Amino acid sequence: MENFNYHRPASVDDAVKAAKAKPDAKYMSGGMTLIPTMKQGLASPSDIIDLGALKNAGVSLGSSLVIKAGTTHAEVAASADVKKAIPALAGLAANIGDPHVRHKGTIGGSIANNDPAADYPAACVGLGATIHTNARKIAADDFFTGMFSTALEDGEVVTAVEFPLPKKAGYAKFPNPASRYAMIGVFVADTAGGVRASVTGAGSGVFRAKDVEAALGNGFASASLNGVKVSAKDISSDLHASAEYRAHLITVMAKRAVDAAK
Amino acid sequence: MDNGTGIGARVKRKEDHRFLTGKGNYTDDINLPKQTYAYFVRSPHAHATINKIDTSKAKKMPGVVGIFTGDDVAATKLGGLICGWMIHSKDGSPMKAGPHPILALGKVRYVGDHVAVVIAETRDLAKAAAAAVDVDYGVLPHVVDVADAMGHKAQIHEVAPDNRVFNWSIGDEAATDAAFKKAAHITKIDLVNNRLIPNAMEPRAAIGYYDTGAEHYTLYTTSQNPHVARLVISAFHGLAPEHKLRVIAPDVGGGFGSKIFIYAEEVVCAWASKFVGGRPVKWTAERTESFLADAHGRDHVTHAEMATDASGKIIGFKVHTKAAMGAYLSTFSSCVPTYLYATLLSGQYNIPAIYAEVDALYTNTAPVDAYRGAGRPEATYVVERIVETAARELKMNPAEFRRKNFITQFPHQTPVIMCYDAGDYAAALDKALEIADVKGFPARKKASAAKGNFRGLGYSAYIEACGIAPSAAVGSLGAGVGLWESAEVRVNPVGTVEILTGSHSHGQGHETTFAQLVSDRLGVDINNVAIVHGDTDKVQFGMGTYGSRSGAVGMTAISKALDKVEAKAKRIAAAVMESSVDDIEFKNGTFTVKGTDKKMAFGEVALSAYVAHKFNSAEIEPGLKESAFHDPSNFVFPAGVHIAEIEIDGETGVTTVANYTAVDDFGNVINPMIVEGQVHGGITQGIGQALIEGCVYDKESGQLVTGSYMDYQMPRAADVPSYKLGFTCTPCPSNPLGMKGCGEAGAIGSPPAIMNAVTDALGVKDVPMPATPHVVWQQLQHLKKAAE
Repeated sequence: MENFNYHRPASVDDAVKAAKAKPDAKYMSGGMTLIPTMKQGLASPSDIIDLGALKNAGVSLGSSLVIKAGTTHAEVAASADVKKAIPALAGLAANIGDPHVRHKGTIGGSIANNDPAADYPAACVGLGATIHTNARKIAADDFFTGMFSTALEDGEVVTAVEFPLPKKAGYAKFPNPASRYAMIGVFVADTAGGVRASVTGAGSGVFRAKDVEAALGNGFASASLNGVKVSAKDISSDLHASAEYRAHLITVMAKRAVDAAK
Repeated sequence: MDNGTGIGARVKRKEDHRFLTGKGNYTDDINLPKQTYAYFVRSPHAHATINKIDTSKAKKMPGVVGIFTGDDVAATKLGGLICGWMIHSKDGSPMKAGPHPILALGKVRYVGDHVAVVIAETRDLAKAAAAAVDVDYGVLPHVVDVADAMGHKAQIHEVAPDNRVFNWSIGDEAATDAAFKKAAHITKIDLVNNRLIPNAMEPRAAIGYYDTGAEHYTLYTTSQNPHVARLVISAFHGLAPEHKLRVIAPDVGGGFGSKIFIYAEEVVCAWASKFVGGRPVKWTAERTESFLADAHGRDHVTHAEMATDASGKIIGFKVHTKAAMGAYLSTFSSCVPTYLYATLLSGQYNIPAIYAEVDALYTNTAPVDAYRGAGRPEATYVVERIVETAARELKMNPAEFRRKNFITQFPHQTPVIMCYDAGDYAAALDKALEIADVKGFPARKKASAAKGNFRGLGYSAYIEACGIAPSAAVGSLGAGVGLWESAEVRVNPVGTVEILTGSHSHGQGHETTFAQLVSDRLGVDINNVAIVHGDTDKVQFGMGTYGSRSGAVGMTAISKALDKVEAKAKRIAAAVMESSVDDIEFKNGTFTVKGTDKKMAFGEVALSAYVAHKFNSAEIEPGLKESAFHDPSNFVFPAGVHIAEIEIDGETGVTTVANYTAVDDFGNVINPMIVEGQVHGGITQGIGQALIEGCVYDKESGQLVTGSYMDYQMPRAADVPSYKLGFTCTPCPSNPLGMKGCGEAGAIGSPPAIMNAVTDALGVKDVPMPATPHVVWQQLQHLKKAAE
């Protein structure tokens, strides 16, 4: 690991100021991706801006569910409000990584990193969430722009994620056998604006599965997905799964997500 | 001993408190004054010439103490790494061992090959400087798959132009051919035994220290056999004579075979210390280095044929195996696919004629050597997969086909060297059938099918030869060492006992089981027994721990030394109690004189031995310390029957192990709890091989694809069921304790049981290991297509 300067600002404004001052600065929330990549020499930021002192954590439930960016996966999983409003989201958080990751990693850090096999992006897109930053509000559909990239501008920091309340939602993950990241994760939601289905782990980033959404539009039941064959085009292929297998799993996981939806 | 800590008691492991509370003392925990840190420059290429190494930039980096290359090593005339078991080819020619310098000379032969070492004030500085060492490589063609290695254009060693190390055979070819001519049915199968990476929890580590005053080396290292390491480093590398080299293997966090071997990095640390002014040189492998540069296991490609007569009796068995050796011959690599493999091809069966041929081949990969089971899992995989396949082809019940062919008379001489001494294979089969509720399987299969899933049942009746091994026998087969074990029993004046043993504990629980033996024999509390091992300055000599030998060989040596202690203690007791030694009886820690009420406790006799007031020291020497060397007269032959029941998710291809039954015959057992733990761990590693683990090198680039836990999967607790264990017992006749080995049996028996179950579920002949969800799903697609 290369040496770096460490900052621990107490306010969002100070954090943004510190980030803008150095071209190679990097925000760190839980550090669950950043630290391992730095240890492997894959990232070497000049400055780390630790967002831990912002104490920007917690869940509030009103007409929507708002989760502050610094809330850990364990806190989301254990939150009575999350369990009541969107149990699928609590279940998703409860199965990210391992206990260490769940107690350090945060929702803001996860979506800002936008790992193509992370779970939270699927929930954000699947539920049609809105990402709040220090500067604006961004629809999830516009936020995730590709592998490890987002609509965030330089220095812009996620402050909260706002989830509209669905009628029903479910998430099913087929973990990569080794890493336990999603090899395929499908989030389905029956929302006021129609059925949404998002897929993680299948390509360069989270995307909406239009075939699945169309089929579920005819009835939010797993039987609606019988015969739905997702194209393997543009689906990733690696040591653990071919594109054809991943494409097949999208339908299987979508069915399981629908069956599990509450 | 009736205090609940003797032989057969489920004593909790004495060592676990220190391990579980972080108080173990591992090599990386040790720090010496003025210590420096080594970091290795490794080859990024599978096969390349080294045209030039430019260290000038790296030498100027902060904190650098020294940088050494193969030329520096060669200038000191240090010997290279050796393979300690000579195998001769069928044509009588000796195996073709290419040179293996501790730092590469002229050429690299696998990704991760050790090219240069940077020694610096801290690990990070050494690593940074290593990145600045500029090596000019000339990339050569490479071959990573053993199936392609023979005669490949990538010629790895000059001495082996076609990449073949040896072409070895065992058994009677003519008799086997004759049997096949008489066969009513011939079963054929092609099998791949997948390459595995050992993944000990503690990575390899070393500290080498040269005392410039005493001209004496000390090497702390993660070794399963520190005395063998000292012998090899002295006699073959020529670093220093044995009395000038101390090797210490302190607490070692798992080995599974991978820490038997003498590796370059450890030797480099000792060698280099002298050239950095006698400052200690420490190296701890990063996990990536463990993946790249620990010796791997398995990697066989095999074609086998089995001949049966009209009644379903096996009459002949032919095997041809290509065994990967990797880029260099590791310390014991050559014996693994030969004498530890093909000698077990008779399995539990009475097979009159067997012939096997093995081509050992170089590949541009990490060296391959012994890994839990070493050859015997590969043999059992071939035997049990083809036996199951033969039963299916003959439309016989696979359990009854096995029973029909079981060896029932002992001793039994197989056609492939081994002479099985004792066993009752049918007893294990009966017990396993009952525990596994095989009768209820059809109903369970139906219930699975109703859910769209596939359920399968698979058997494995394994046998293995361990308790390695009679010295003269292994010597006649090419071993460079004898495989006896030593023990010393030191009774202190207060009656506490220290056992010095050449066996090395790195997870096996010797501190507990060895103490149980002493407690049982001498009536001493197990807390008053210390097990001393792992230091060549403390223990005179020993051959170490592997091949499930520490019980059958190591404990027998202790037992023999205890016999001598007891005999001498009786003479002392007789002298003190003024009676004839013939009248002394020793039981539960007390010496009594037959027919009298005279008695002395063991501790009193010990004190008397050292005080030496009450006997004639011209007749009896003072003190109570005895040693023994034990050379076994035969291997020991643990055997058993495993039954796996698996369920495949018809939609995803995920295989779940629904039930797993293992019935083992380990002879007499010292601590059933520890034995069960060994069986659990072994089965889990075997399930890992069958369903989960697979080392993959990219054919095109020669890179190790599975170079981290992001891509190399290890079995997790959730991947395995709660095992159902049973035991049978035929005591081993070749050692006084009647023990067989239990350390490898689980890993030997389980892969074919699982794969027989997977192939049973799918109704196919073979599915490659590891049968990951992706692999099984592909099989399901083939079946679907075939049905359309």
